[in-house]
Parts: sequence; C-alpha cells; structure tokens
Amino acid sequence: MKTILYFIQKEFLQIFRDKMMLPIIFAIPIIQLLVLSYTATYEIKKIDLGIVDLDRSVTSANLISKFEASPFYILKLVEPNYQVLDEMMQEGELEQIIYIPQHFEQDLLIENNTTVQVITDAINGSAASLMSAYSVQILGGFNKEFLIEEMMIPLGYRQINNEVAYWYNPELDYKTFMVPGILVLLVTIIGLFLSAMNIVKEKEIGTIEQLNVTPIKKYQFIIGKLMPFWIIAMFDLGLGLIIAKFVFAVPMLGSIPLVIGVAGIYLILVLGIGLFISTLSDTQQQSMFISWFFVMIFILLSGLFTPVENMPLWAQKLNILNPIAYFIEFMRLVLLKGSSFMDVWRNIVSISIYAVVMLGLATLRYRKHS
Amino acid sequence: MENNKKQVVVKDLVKKFGSFVANDHLTFEVNSGEIFGFLGANGAGKTTAIKILCGLSAPTSGEVKVAGFDIYKQREQIKKSIGYMSQKFSLYDDLTIAENIRFYGGIYGLNRQQIKLKTSDYMDSLSLHEYASSRVEELPLGIKQKLSFMVAILHEPPIVFLDEPTGGVDPLTRRQFWEMIYQEAQNGKTIFVTTHYMDEAEYCHRVSIMVDGKIEALDTPAGLKEKFGVDSVEKVFIKLARG
Amino acid sequence: MRIFIIKEFLQIFRDKRTMVILFGIPIVQILLFGFALKNDIKNVQISILDQSKDLYTQELTNKLVSSGYFILNSNLQNTDEIEGIFKKGKVREVIVFEPQFGENLIKDGRANVQIITDASDPNTANMVYSYTQAIISDYVQEINTRNEKPVMIIPQSQMRYNPELESVFMFVPGLITIVLMLVSAMMTSISITREKELGTMEVLLVSPVKPWQIILGKVLPYVFLSFISAILILLMSYFVFHMPFSGSLVLLLSSSLLFIILALALGLFISTVSKTQQVAMLLSMFALLLPTILLSGFIFPIKNMPLALQYFSHLMPPKWFVIVIKNIMIKGNGIELVWKELLILLGMTMFFIVLSIKKFKIRLE
Repeated sequence: MKTILYFIQKEFLQIFRDKMMLPIIFAIPIIQLLVLSYTATYEIKKIDLGIVDLDRSVTSANLISKFEASPFYILKLVEPNYQVLDEMMQEGELEQIIYIPQHFEQDLLIENNTTVQVITDAINGSAASLMSAYSVQILGGFNKEFLIEEMMIPLGYRQINNEVAYWYNPELDYKTFMVPGILVLLVTIIGLFLSAMNIVKEKEIGTIEQLNVTPIKKYQFIIGKLMPFWIIAMFDLGLGLIIAKFVFAVPMLGSIPLVIGVAGIYLILVLGIGLFISTLSDTQQQSMFISWFFVMIFILLSGLFTPVENMPLWAQKLNILNPIAYFIEFMRLVLLKGSSFMDVWRNIVSISIYAVVMLGLATLRYRKHS
Repeated sequence: MENNKKQVVVKDLVKKFGSFVANDHLTFEVNSGEIFGFLGANGAGKTTAIKILCGLSAPTSGEVKVAGFDIYKQREQIKKSIGYMSQKFSLYDDLTIAENIRFYGGIYGLNRQQIKLKTSDYMDSLSLHEYASSRVEELPLGIKQKLSFMVAILHEPPIVFLDEPTGGVDPLTRRQFWEMIYQEAQNGKTIFVTTHYMDEAEYCHRVSIMVDGKIEALDTPAGLKEKFGVDSVEKVFIKLARG
Repeated sequence: MRIFIIKEFLQIFRDKRTMVILFGIPIVQILLFGFALKNDIKNVQISILDQSKDLYTQELTNKLVSSGYFILNSNLQNTDEIEGIFKKGKVREVIVFEPQFGENLIKDGRANVQIITDASDPNTANMVYSYTQAIISDYVQEINTRNEKPVMIIPQSQMRYNPELESVFMFVPGLITIVLMLVSAMMTSISITREKELGTMEVLLVSPVKPWQIILGKVLPYVFLSFISAILILLMSYFVFHMPFSGSLVLLLSSSLLFIILALALGLFISTVSKTQQVAMLLSMFALLLPTILLSGFIFPIKNMPLALQYFSHLMPPKWFVIVIKNIMIKGNGIELVWKELLILLGMTMFFIVLSIKKFKIRLE
C-alpha cells in the first residue's frame, strides 16, 4: 500500500511539473464545457426565405404575409425575378424559396386547384425536411383559412388536434441534454489521452527498465499509474457537474451518489483502455493516434450528436464496445429522467464488466520481463 | 553475509532471439564482495546477459542463480536483492534529486525516516546542495551518473549490476565513480559491471571477455595479461576480438 | 536544402506506422462515419396508448408505423405506464388517443391525440414530433378528401442540391475537414516537438541551414502526404458515397492544398509553444477535437447557435473550409463564390506562419 502511495505521489509530481499541464487538464475542459454546450442544436429558426411572386394578387400578398408573420422565417425579399433568388441560394444567402406562379389567385378561385413550389437548400437533409415541413404547414393553414373566409365553405372539415408534451424538458432546452454529454466526452478524452501516453513515455525515456528491476508488483504498478488520472478525471467530472447544475441549471433528478459511483467505475474502464493502448505501443505518437482513432469513433457513434437508432444495424452493434455510449445513456437516464438503479442496472453491469476486462488486459499486457 | 558465498552462479546459459544466439552456453560465478568486470565489443551479448541476471529477460535455457535465488522461480526475491543501473539514464528527468530518491526509496519499501537519512546523506557525500531544488535534467552528466549509482544501491542490495555506467563521462568523474564502486565493494557489496573502457577493466578483481556470445577468457587482470603475454587488458581484448 | 527535405521524406516513408496513420486512419474513419452517421429520423421506437381502439386510431397507427420513421415498441394500457417506459430509455415517443377518438372525429369533426415525447434529447424530440405531426396532417387531408374535392393549394417541394436528402452530403465535407485538420496539425506538431525532446533539433540548428529552411523541410513532406490523403478521401466520397463533383476539380484541389497548409501551420505554431510531445499532442487533439467537430458546421448548423458563438466560429478554420467544399462539390460554384472564404483561409495561414517564425526566433536568441 505504501509503495502505491509513493508511486502516486511521483506521478502527480510529474504531471504537474510541466506548467502547460495545469491549464490543459483543468481550464480547457471547463472552457469547452461552457462554450461548446451552446453549439449543439438542431433547432431550426430564422430560415432565410425569398419569395417569387408572379401573381401580385391580394391572395398572394396574404400568403406572403403568413410567412412574414411566422417565427420560423425571416423574409429576406420578394422578387418577381426567380433568377435573382436562385443566385442568392447559390451563394448561401437563402435557404428556401417559395415560388407563387402567375394566375395563382385565379386558379384557386376558378379551378379550385393550384400549385406553389417550395425550393429548399437540402445539403443538410434533416434540416431541409424540417424546413419543408414548416412551409407545407403554413400553406395548409392558409388553405384552410382561405376555404372558410373566401369560399365561405362551412367547416365540415374534420380535424385532429394534436397536443404535444415534451417530457423531462418542456422548454426543449438542448443544453440540459448536451452539458452532461459533453462533460462525459471531455472527461473521457482527457483520461484516455493521459493514461495512453503514460506507460509508453517511461518506455521511451527508458525508466521503465529501472522500474522493472524493482520488486514492485504488477497490481501496484497498474494502480499507481491509474489512480492519479482517476483522481484528476473525477475532479474534472465533479467540477463539471457543479457547472452543469449552477450555470446550466441541468435538472438532476436521480441519485447523485449513484452518478458519482458509476462515474468512478466508468473512469476505471476508460483509464484501463488507455493503459492497455499504452502497453501496446512503442512511442507516445503511436499511442496518441490509436487513442485518437478510437475516441473519434466512440464520440461520433455514441448517439450524443446523432441519434443511434438512425445508424445502420452494424454501427449500432459496434456500440456494444463503445464505453461512451453506455455512460452517456446512463447519465441521461439518471440525471434528466430520474431513473433509479433498477432502470439502469444493465448499463452499470456492462460498464463494470467492461472495466474489469480492460483492466485485466492492461495488467496482462504489462510485462515486467520479456 | 558469508564471505565465500557465490552471489551469481551461471551454468550453460543460452539466450536465442530466433536463430540468433546472443548468449552461447555462458558459465561463470561471481563471488561475494567481488568487482566482476564483464567486457565485450558492442553486440557481444553483454547487455542481454545482464538483463537476464536482473530478471528483465527470460533465458532460453541454462541454470542461473542470483543472490542464492533461482532465476526461474524466485524472480521477485532476486529483485529485492539487486540494484541495477541501466545504459539508458534511469532517473526521472523532470523530478528533483530528493523526489527521485523518495520515489525509489518508497518502491523498495524504505520508511520515511530512512529516506530522509539517505537523502541528506547523498546530498552531503556528492555535495549536491547547490542542486537541491533543480530538476535532474539540469544536473551535469557526471553528477547524474553518480546519483544514478547511489539510487541503484539505495536499498542496500548485496549485489549491484552496472551496465556501462561511465559512458560519456569525463576522466576525472570516471575516476571518482570507480572510487565509489571500490567503497561499496569494501562494504561487502558485489559489483557486476560492464564497460568498454579497458583502463577500467584493470580496476576489476576479475574480468570476463565475451566475443560473439561466448566467454573467451575469464581471470584476474594480472592472470589474463600473463596468459596472453601482453602488458594490458586492452591488448588481451584486441587479441581475442580479432580472433 | 534539397538534401534536408529528402531526409525528412525518407524518415517518414520508412516509418510504416506513420504511413498507416496518414492514410489508414482517414480512410477507415470516412468509410465508417460516412455510412454510420445519419441525422434524419428512421426507426424511432414509439409506444401507443389507444383508449379508443376504433377504425380511425387503427388507421392512423398503421400510417405511423408504415412510414418507415417509426417502429411500434409496445401498446400501453394506461397512462401510468408512460413514465416507466421512458425511464427504460428505448422509447422516444408515446402517442395517446383519447377515448371515443373516432366518434369525436366523425360527429364533432374534432378529435384529440396527445403526443408525449422524451425530450431529454430535445433535438431528436423536436424532429420526432415534426414527423409525427406531418403524418397526422397527411392523414387528416386524406380523410377529408375521401368524399369531396375542396379547394387546394398543392405544395410542390423541391429539394435543391440533394434531392434524396442523403446525410452524407452533410457529413462527408465535414469529415474531410476534420480528418485533414487534425491529422495534419498533429503530425507536424508532434514531429517537431519530438526532435526537440530527443535533442536532434539542436543539431539542426547549429548547422548552416536557416530556421525557415528547417521548418520548410519538416513541413513539406507532410504537405505532400496529406495532399495524397485528401485526394484519396475525395475519390472515396465520389466512388463510395456518390457525392457530386459539380464544380472545378482544380479549384477543389487547390483549396484542399491551402487548407492542408493552414493545418500544418497551426501544428507548427503548437509545436513552438509546447516543450514536450505530450503537451503538443494534448493541445492539438484535446483542445482542437471537440471545437472542430462542433464549431465547423459539421453536424450542427452554425446559424442556429447563439450569436456570440456564431462570431466565435468565424475564428475556426474548419468552418470556412466546410463552406468551400460544399460550395464547390455540391453547388458547383466557381472561384467567384468562394474567394472570400479562401482569402480568410489564406490570411489565417499567414498569421500562423508569421507567429511561428517569430516564436521560433525568440527561442533561438
């Protein structure tokens, strides 16, 4: 036990000896948490809209005013020349163009039938389908009003009223979702990178041999290497949770001791992966690139930025090996929904088994002699 | 510790890397309190042998006992009884002298009091007080080497392995270094040292010379010179190395 | 000078692992993410609480489930079950039909349906709701047109640039940017600090080679290799992901080259401020990774972010390159529509190079 304490003391001394490390370990994650949590929204508002009005009738003016009044749209200009708007879309100044044809009003009154074209910049497909849905909704609403007011058609028209309830987050504040997620990412990245570089650094400078001739036990070595990073990462996590609570007002419905406890196990898992990578590589550069490769995959497949169920099945299956996916789901369930141990025990068991396996692999791979 | 006890016993030690034989049936013994010089050209297999003796590498076959313990079964006991100073620099560059001593002391199970004592002892004997707060990377090379040696014997092991301890060091420091080695040998420690400075070989009690994985000669420096009819160990070495 | 560059090339080519990193990692990641990342709605699990169980609720349920967006996870019996099912975390939406739904719809012309979404992931909740709403209004229109043909404005939706609404159009340009940016910045910053740590930098500095020549020698091989990497990625996006190549190929390639040089210049700058490889790596990976993903418009449109962040994103080089790639590849724009972005990238490159040279000189004195 004493041996381990001496080991931990040495690791801490080394980590903080480089003056750049303090800001890297504490300031960068906190700043990133504060800034990046605001970025992650799919919400569509203020769509830049241009309208081509070839009809210039009362009805088309009415329709235009509907778009003008909508909170989703910013009507940039109304123009009879489609070419002008087309170029603006090409330059990225417009996201949507509504094309009202000639004889729009006339067709509507006489033929009872007309078309309006909606042209959407669809490079971002999901945003485009939302934008398109908004415009169709406005057109539908206008259509209904037109029937009642202009055509005097009494309402035999059937309706289904839908009333939406956004549970757990009635304001749709995306930050309450993102803050715990980004916090998990930051803590994971820092823990993984630091631990992945650690053993291999001793290999590079040659001190590992000196350690290997000492009577230190394997488990003492692994614990001594793991503990400092565990403490640092837990500290970062705690700090992040405080910021989440007091700056972002993230609701913390579930049990905080449960979150802290599982976070502790999760970090052992992350550091175990890092140490394992470290024992596999010969240079810090290698271990860093291997870690980076996996971190990118873990982050982008975790479901934080794009929902997991949209991915193809094989990608969803890959998530069985994705520690971030397990832990983000756990955090979301417990913090935001107040899920209890009984709801999330599967995640906890998965994380624990995974942690034991990775730690075992790291210990096994670390050889005191060849 | 009995004086006539053998600290290292090696019989028919073989180490192969694939088809390459790095150590070819080595057989030798090192007595307690002896300074045993392990000579050989670069690539002769010295470092391979020393790594096996320290438990860093496993032999392919043969019998090896260090400090009375068997290399196959009692590796951990051996580690408690040996000190090792590697070719590569073995202290942590980014820690201070005291921090290095405290760390290695802690690993070897010295208590706080002992560590404190050793630290002030080393500071005095190597006159390191002006470097008390500097990191090891800022020390002159000679001092670093001496310090590495002291750290290697921090836990008072009966036997110390030194792998080319004086590489790149000025003649004066080398001399001081060997005085330290003599001092420790007189205190009863067994010293196992590899070097390619032939003048240093003259300081050893006994010298073995390795060529292409084999021990070609093993005797006292005087005995070797007599046997080969030359006036220095260097000439013996050149004769053997040329075949 | 030439000898020096050749030495660098040789060192890099000999190191097989570096080659794997430069070419293997980008290719694997683009393939993996190109296929896996989708930000549209598909196969979302829903539960239905049908308190009416009539023809209309049946029809609407079928319409929802057969849309391809939703999968029916379970039928609930009462409202108390909703909480439990959300807490298990699989179901994203519960649809509650009021009692006598069909009767109300026919007799009063009005029926109520409640849509409860799990908004702990508000982005998805919002999209799921929009899709549900669209299906319901579709259904309403359908039952209304069954008997009569009322006055209709028929919206014709045209999805410009990406008629199939493929997610890769969004993600591939972003991935190219991220991979080039991080790999290039990391490679230079690490290789220079490595020489510093090993002490070989000093050997170079005492030689008659000038500092800027040393830097050029270090960076040039990576420019070349990253450029080949970029071409590979572009080939994949064309042949594997069927991205369009509407614009000028020369313009696309020279923009990529500019961006690579920018990333390398950034790596150079990082190497001048860090003493050890460890710090260089942490700066180029940890400090750059998430901002590059989040502030480049790769996944989340910058336009929807708070104003302060929109200004902040102007400082992110990847943002400008994403715009350039999308404009050239997908929209087919020429230089007249991307010169502003390219000028900004050029300015940033100069900035980092000048800063690095200044830093480098100071250290030498």
